[in-house]
Amino acid sequence: MNVTSFVQDRQLTVALYGEIDHHSAREIMQTVSEKIDLYMPLRCILDFRDVSFMDSSGIAVVINALRRMNTLKGKLLLQNIPPQPYKVLRAAGIEKLTEIREGCTK
Amino acid sequence: MKTENYMNLEFPSKSANESFARAAIACFAAQLDPTLDEVGDIKTAVSEAVTNCIVHAYPDSIGPVILRAKILSGNVLDIVIKDRGRGIEDIEQARKPMFTTGGEERSGMGITIMESFMTEFSISSKEGKGTSIHMKRKIVRRGGKK
Ligand SMILES: Nc1ncnc2c1ncn2[C@@H]1O[C@H](COP(=O)(O)OP(=O)(O)OP(=O)(O)O)[C@@H](O)[C@H]1O
Ligand SMILES: [Mg+2]
Repeated sequence: MNVTSFVQDRQLTVALYGEIDHHSAREIMQTVSEKIDLYMPLRCILDFRDVSFMDSSGIAVVINALRRMNTLKGKLLLQNIPPQPYKVLRAAGIEKLTEIREGCTK
Repeated sequence: MKTENYMNLEFPSKSANESFARAAIACFAAQLDPTLDEVGDIKTAVSEAVTNCIVHAYPDSIGPVILRAKILSGNVLDIVIKDRGRGIEDIEQARKPMFTTGGEERSGMGITIMESFMTEFSISSKEGKGTSIHMKRKIVRRGGKK
């Protein structure tokens, strides 16, 4: 599975890895949703450090996590995004919808 | 423009072939000596087009996806991705950012991404017959190359 996670002080960090495309996205989306529903964090961090490729299927993963965090009145944060996924997220205007920390790690 | 090299592939619309198509185009493009960013753009555009065939062209069946690539004189990569699926009813609408018929799992950004990541882009489609995406990407020639 393309996800590992840990929780501390109601902050959930989910580390995504590998290629996020239509083939892998459904499972990733489901896993992220399950973690959010289980821990009900105030803050959810998606870490992209080990994402080697992402297409528009990943945008839906982020939007889905954002929706879930909004209903919990919590915050979503994206971090350590490599250039390729960053360009895809920017094309979708994600930086206007959620906070990005240490984006575009060259 | 002269064709200096080409390749043709056909595979069934199974989602496992998305990563195969990306790897294939990246290998073929390697002879143009692209930068990592250029390869990233090309892989992303091909991934979007192939995924659209798999998700939209053949929603409830498996059908053929054709990927053709050429290297044209002047360091240009020319790519065609074709299906014989459902076709697009209204192309203008399909091109609009955020337009999707795919529900929660899609964001409606695929065509917008292909258009902005490639130098040239066009779609032709016929309802019930299929869709063809044609795109080009010029690869910047860097110092020390032939
Ligand atoms: N090959 C195709 N065959 C039939 N319909 C298509 C095809 N490609 C695109 N479409 C139609 O055009 C719409 C827009 O495509 P686009 O790739 O921009 O977004 P999407 O696939 O819906 O979402 P995303 O690409 O962000 O996951 C699709 O929802 C679909 O209705
Ligand atoms: Mg698409």
